[in-house]
Amino acid sequence: MRTIDQTTQEVLALASKHFQVPANSLAPDDDFFKKLGIDSLQALELLSRLENHFGIELPDYEVQGVSDFRTLASRIQSRL
Amino acid sequence: MLDLSKYQSIGAALKDALDQFADETCLIESDRQREKERLTYRDFKERALRLARALQDAGFEAGDRTAIIMTNQSKWLISAYAILYRGGVMVPLDYKLTPDEQWQLLSHSNAAFLITEYPIWRQLAASSGRAAAINVKTIFVTEAPPSAALDGAQRWEDFQRRGEPAFVARSRTDVASIVYSSGTGGRPKGCMTTHENYLEQGHAITQVIAFQAGIRYLSILPTNHVVDFMMGFLLPFTSGATVVHLRTLRPEFVRDAFTRYKISYMMVVPLILKNLKKGMEANFAALPRSKRTALNALIRINRALTRDRPRVWLSRILLGQVHRAFGGQLRAFGVGSAFTEPATIQFFLDLGIPVANAYGLTEAGTAVSVNDPCTPRADTVGKPLPGTEVRIVNPDADGIGELAVRGKTVMAGYLDDPELTAETIVDGWLMTGDLGRFDAAGHLRLFGRKKNMIVTAEAKNIYPEDIETVFEGLPVKEFCVFAANYIWPRRSLVGEQLVLVLRLEQGQALTDELRRDISARNNRLLNYKRVHGIVLFDEDFPRTASLKIKRNVLAERLAQLDRATAILPL
Repeated sequence: MRTIDQTTQEVLALASKHFQVPANSLAPDDDFFKKLGIDSLQALELLSRLENHFGIELPDYEVQGVSDFRTLASRIQSRL
Repeated sequence: MLDLSKYQSIGAALKDALDQFADETCLIESDRQREKERLTYRDFKERALRLARALQDAGFEAGDRTAIIMTNQSKWLISAYAILYRGGVMVPLDYKLTPDEQWQLLSHSNAAFLITEYPIWRQLAASSGRAAAINVKTIFVTEAPPSAALDGAQRWEDFQRRGEPAFVARSRTDVASIVYSSGTGGRPKGCMTTHENYLEQGHAITQVIAFQAGIRYLSILPTNHVVDFMMGFLLPFTSGATVVHLRTLRPEFVRDAFTRYKISYMMVVPLILKNLKKGMEANFAALPRSKRTALNALIRINRALTRDRPRVWLSRILLGQVHRAFGGQLRAFGVGSAFTEPATIQFFLDLGIPVANAYGLTEAGTAVSVNDPCTPRADTVGKPLPGTEVRIVNPDADGIGELAVRGKTVMAGYLDDPELTAETIVDGWLMTGDLGRFDAAGHLRLFGRKKNMIVTAEAKNIYPEDIETVFEGLPVKEFCVFAANYIWPRRSLVGEQLVLVLRLEQGQALTDELRRDISARNNRLLNYKRVHGIVLFDEDFPRTASLKIKRNVLAERLAQLDRATAILPL
């Protein structure tokens, strides 16, 4: 079972890889829309990648209004 | 298709439709690759009347306002019909608003009933904003886990049909719904839309876009928006067509729905259309060179053969693989609610996929003008719908002026705001605040806005007044939010931005600490509502006797600054 810190780091690593942003430029409390420069549809793409990576399903309502990596990681953690 | 011009209310039209098309499929609901639900019109009626009876038993009376806060799903439409059946007034609210914003609009609308889903209710019930909406007496919640605490709400699934509910007739001039076009942080704009508004709008749209049994509409725009209510409920339902809902709105599942359900129409916002184009271009680029060359040749041939008008059957033969990726039955995309770049529309037209670019606003029912899918143009928002008059007020030397709209689809007014209503509807003409002109062919072209607001590519209308509260308490002398294009008018609807105008205290500087404070507050807003820059202003803001900021006067003074250097990035 992953810890929340491990999950958060994996979320950051995957976002960094998918959107080609240096890993060391991302922090858990960053706003991913702003930091990755993405729109709402690209954020949905990221969610799909995360679902595949963690082997979970995140209902849309679980991520409604979420815009920072830490909260996103906690929503994933609750489904692991 | 029922003749909507003959009905007194949308409830009466839907009532007839449910009987007339009883054996047709009205709704399909899918979650990822799993089909959750498939209802006939008969099934729909049975479920809706059970809810109508529950409303009746809960003391629901004609004219009672009932809010719906739900994602796009079958129970949204079932709720709407149950409310209309009982002669009620719908208050459809955006499920993406924060709980506090939802309570604020629930309070403003004076809704007595609320119908919602458990994940939304869980957040609403925990919000301190609830105390402000004591008017909401009865709450129905669906999809709650068996052990969930409902905090005073009733469980939808517990309703048993205890006899036939009574149908309550309404007249054309009665209000059917209160739709909020803005106002979550400032002055709520609750558009009172009558039965006549909807019926006339529906009647007009079907003269341009055909609906009948066998048509499948993919509903992904929020149903609280008038566009989806019209295109994803009223029109398909009064013609025996089918609406497809997706519980997970990820791009891959939307793409999958096209082929799985052989979609005929889908309304999208520009961002989605652009994203589809981007994905297709990437797929084209990944083809081996020989195939790519062949595809480009076929696109050129298709373009030449469909230059005057689309011939979808021919394009489906020439570009079969492309059309099969959209299910092979797609008749047209509709796009509107925000500016769409002509190049994006032309991309689809070249592939033989009609895109009907439209213009509208909640205050005018749904659509004001629309491109006929049989003769679409990428560079305009089409011609005014039958029965809708559009005139250009105070045109400049180029013929560009404010668009004013008159017709039976124009709303009755803003709820509890006669002053704003009088400013907006002048001598029967709805002043849109949008700038445009007609071309020689009678097509309408948009050139910008006169009003202080922006519309994002996701079709979100953002009014500066609605987001200013987040900056309250900022340690500066004064602040105000503006749409940059309102200060510095541009004949463009591309890249609209909000800016935060600051009047600092004497001797105060824009320090890193102040910037961090602004950023932190800004980040509390949903991503599409955020300001993009700061403008420093070195005079006190002009104010009225009651100390309200004279925004138009301030904007004129700010316009003296050079836009390029005045906007400091956040």
